[in-house]
Amino acid sequence: MIPPVLAELALNFLVLSLLSIGGANAVIPEIQRLAVEVEHWMTNADFAQLFALSQAAPGPNVLIVSLVGWKAAGIVGAVVAMAAMCGPSSFLTYQVARVWERFREAPLRVAIQRALAPITVGLVVSSGFVLTLAVDQDWRAYVVTAITLVLTLLTRWHPLWLLVAAGCAGAAGLIQ
Amino acid sequence: MDSSSVPRNVPGAAVVHVGPGALFEGFMRVGLSGFGGVLPFARRMVVEQREWLTEEEFNEVLSLSQFLPGPNIVNVSIIIGRRFSGVMGALAATFGLMLMPMIIVLLLATVYARFAQIDTVRHAAYGVSAGAAGLVLSTGFKMARAIRGSPWQIGVAIIAFAAIGVARLPLLWVIAVMAPVSLAIAWRTRR
Repeated sequence: MIPPVLAELALNFLVLSLLSIGGANAVIPEIQRLAVEVEHWMTNADFAQLFALSQAAPGPNVLIVSLVGWKAAGIVGAVVAMAAMCGPSSFLTYQVARVWERFREAPLRVAIQRALAPITVGLVVSSGFVLTLAVDQDWRAYVVTAITLVLTLLTRWHPLWLLVAAGCAGAAGLIQ
Repeated sequence: MDSSSVPRNVPGAAVVHVGPGALFEGFMRVGLSGFGGVLPFARRMVVEQREWLTEEEFNEVLSLSQFLPGPNIVNVSIIIGRRFSGVMGALAATFGLMLMPMIIVLLLATVYARFAQIDTVRHAAYGVSAGAAGLVLSTGFKMARAIRGSPWQIGVAIIAFAAIGVARLPLLWVIAVMAPVSLAIAWRTRR
């Protein structure tokens, strides 16, 4: 018998896999909604901390999925959530890659790309917005978020150093 | 296997077959090197260091992986793995990519859970979270530059943000309604 929480993880992320147009960053609001509001696997603060961990570790952005699975159901949950998140989209990608050459220039494909691009933009901005609301508990945290945003837009500094600086600001007690 | 007939455009660069072992090892390095997004490291490994693909071929792979749902870098590993070694290659590249980052992030989470009572640790994590939220926002704004010349696309992006970011509607329903509408506009305005 499969534990219900594993079945819920699998089902939710199998669907999310095919909805994640624009990649993992686009579905953070939906993951947060599922994990915090629908399934009650964790609090908003837990989610924000897992997201920070996923950013502080090397590897793809999609790692947040394995941490959500881990929080809900341990190591097995992490593996199930990640496999479900990558399975359907990978299968689709594999199949499309076989026929890609034939319809690369097709008008419908170009139209689909132009149709999905703005939706992806809206989803990724939503992710940043939802994370900001989930994380920032007072005005000093909003200042850190804003400074990071502006520096990323205006400089070519590596994002990791900005995260290190933000972490140091936190550890030094500048925000709490 | 359809991978043996991969054409090469660059004279002298004669990579025609990359086995599952090499794919696993190459993508494992990619997974370990990237912080806050690993795509630039994938490009460096595939194009510059191993010369498995030309720059143009890699861009082609990238645009297909961004076009399809799923984590972009996972799609990149699937396409490149398939191209050189079929199903085994796709699996080897993807497992190579994900294995070590998953182990590391779960170890980090376990260690963090143990030390989260310490104020300094918790405050540092708070700072990193606040910074990370800013990084995601900036990614969204950078992506928005690509659609700024098109009023209807800006409109679609704003509605998507209002539905998901503000109203917190379920993603499935938002995409089920918005994707066909957006496609209809894109089709009517095609050049």
